[in-house]
Amino acid sequence: MRKDQLKPWLYLLPSLIFLGIFMVYPLFDVFVYSFEEGYNSASQTSTGIGWFNYSYVLHDPFFLQALKNTFIIVIITVPVSTGVALLISLGLNSIKKLKDLFQTIFFLPYVTNTLAVGLVFMIMFKKTPYTDGFVNLILSAFGVSPIDFIEGPYWAKIFVMCFYTIWIVMPFKILILTSALASVDETYYKAARVDGTSKLRIFTSITLPMISPMIFYLVITGFIGAFKAYSDEVAVFGTDLNAAGMNTIVGYVYDMLYGDSGGYPSYASAAALILFSIVLTITVINLLISKKTSFK
Amino acid sequence: MTSEKLRKIIIYFFLSLWGIIVLFPFYWMIITSVKSYGSYNSEYIPKLFASDPTFGNYVNAFDSTSGSLGRYFVNTIIFTVLTTAMMLVVIVLSAFAFSRLRFKGRDILFTLFLSLMMIPNELVIITNFVTITNWGMRNTFLGLILPSVTSVFYIYLLKENFEQIPDELYKAAKVDGTSDLKYLTRVMIPICQPTIITIIILKVIECWNSYVWPRLITDDRSYFLVSNGIQEIRENGFGRENIPAMMAAVVVISIPLVILFLIFHKKIMAGVSRGGTKG
Repeated sequence: MRKDQLKPWLYLLPSLIFLGIFMVYPLFDVFVYSFEEGYNSASQTSTGIGWFNYSYVLHDPFFLQALKNTFIIVIITVPVSTGVALLISLGLNSIKKLKDLFQTIFFLPYVTNTLAVGLVFMIMFKKTPYTDGFVNLILSAFGVSPIDFIEGPYWAKIFVMCFYTIWIVMPFKILILTSALASVDETYYKAARVDGTSKLRIFTSITLPMISPMIFYLVITGFIGAFKAYSDEVAVFGTDLNAAGMNTIVGYVYDMLYGDSGGYPSYASAAALILFSIVLTITVINLLISKKTSFK
Repeated sequence: MTSEKLRKIIIYFFLSLWGIIVLFPFYWMIITSVKSYGSYNSEYIPKLFASDPTFGNYVNAFDSTSGSLGRYFVNTIIFTVLTTAMMLVVIVLSAFAFSRLRFKGRDILFTLFLSLMMIPNELVIITNFVTITNWGMRNTFLGLILPSVTSVFYIYLLKENFEQIPDELYKAAKVDGTSDLKYLTRVMIPICQPTIITIIILKVIECWNSYVWPRLITDDRSYFLVSNGIQEIRENGFGRENIPAMMAAVVVISIPLVILFLIFHKKIMAGVSRGGTKG
């Protein structure tokens, strides 16, 4: 090879090595793991090849619980957070005073440590023998009797989990939607105002179609992100998510890999691939819908 | 125009409401962290103000016998600095090769790189965990750092920026006999400094908040990062009931990024809207 043909590869060598070892090889390896039956991590041997790991995972009550929790998180948090973020962005876009201040404050959760702030949420929602906690204090003003949101009924735990997830994902959505709204060409609005079009009509006929690609982008990334929920749950409910009944699919993968229940990379791989196929299917459906209904 | 005024009032009301929801957890962690253990536990109805503020919890939080928070802090700084520095070297070299050097298969290779962006971390982390374990790198900084020193997205971002530098500059440098490496460090990097700073900030935020990989790869407390540290403090440190001390630790962990954000919020927000995601 000539010298000037060799040089680019020298520059690329570090990233090729790292990507090869930590991205490309694992991608194939995860399939291998998922089909190796009875894999033993100590001796690195397996008893055969087949679908057993998948069937084990799909019959594991912990996995089914995790699947249910994950779907609830996705179904609640994606529409609610996107909708509220849209309302907030519309509000932000229609004011001048304090706009920068609001935008900066709203973005703050993005840079916070999820684990650390989750602990604050846990304390605000938790009911202990010493105190009912801050949230129950507010609820009592409305005549609601105290609820333990952290170790209490299932719906209460789901509520905290979704509330915290939405709190975490809002900054990104508000940021994207405000800049999308700001980039809509002012002349459309002027023309509409000359014609005396109503505010609602302007919103549904101009604003919404113009920003629809960004909304679809947020819905797609929102689905992907929500399906991979894990850290937020640990932050609020602690590391033993199975005991709390609040595990997610990603949490199940990690539990299978490591910790007291760990040492089963094959089950972990099968669960991760099941998750990946769910996410892929939903992303493809989303893309098809957005192609059909997008106005651009 | 009273209806217009009313509309404005409603908008400001709801924006302020969300502002309070965002800020309140921060207020609550600070106010709780300056309450003494005794006064916190005697408040059956939590008070919104600390009547007798104390900084004793902060002293407790750094007390190495109970929390070793100082250790977690130092670990996170080492991890963040090393990861970011190594990543910068790797991505600058790659972005340079993709944007300035001509070689066979460049476009195909770049497309392959881009397609790697679609692979979720959850799929590759299983093998990486096994790899690092087999290399005997559990509970080492190398084990923590190595899997996250490349980022295809940042290579892409930097390459786009490098390509905006006019070709004439490169040709002139070649005529002057400047080597590629010298051209890269003396000309390209200074010109693209804003993008590089944005990448550094985003990577620092990512490192400071990383939880999953450090949790898998470390079980020795002397290698914990702050996220794992806070989880450890929650489950084993201070005694479960010492909420004010926990909150002091949470405040200490949150402060560096909040300061970073207050200084660079314009840059951070611009960088994130160019393609950062979270969730």
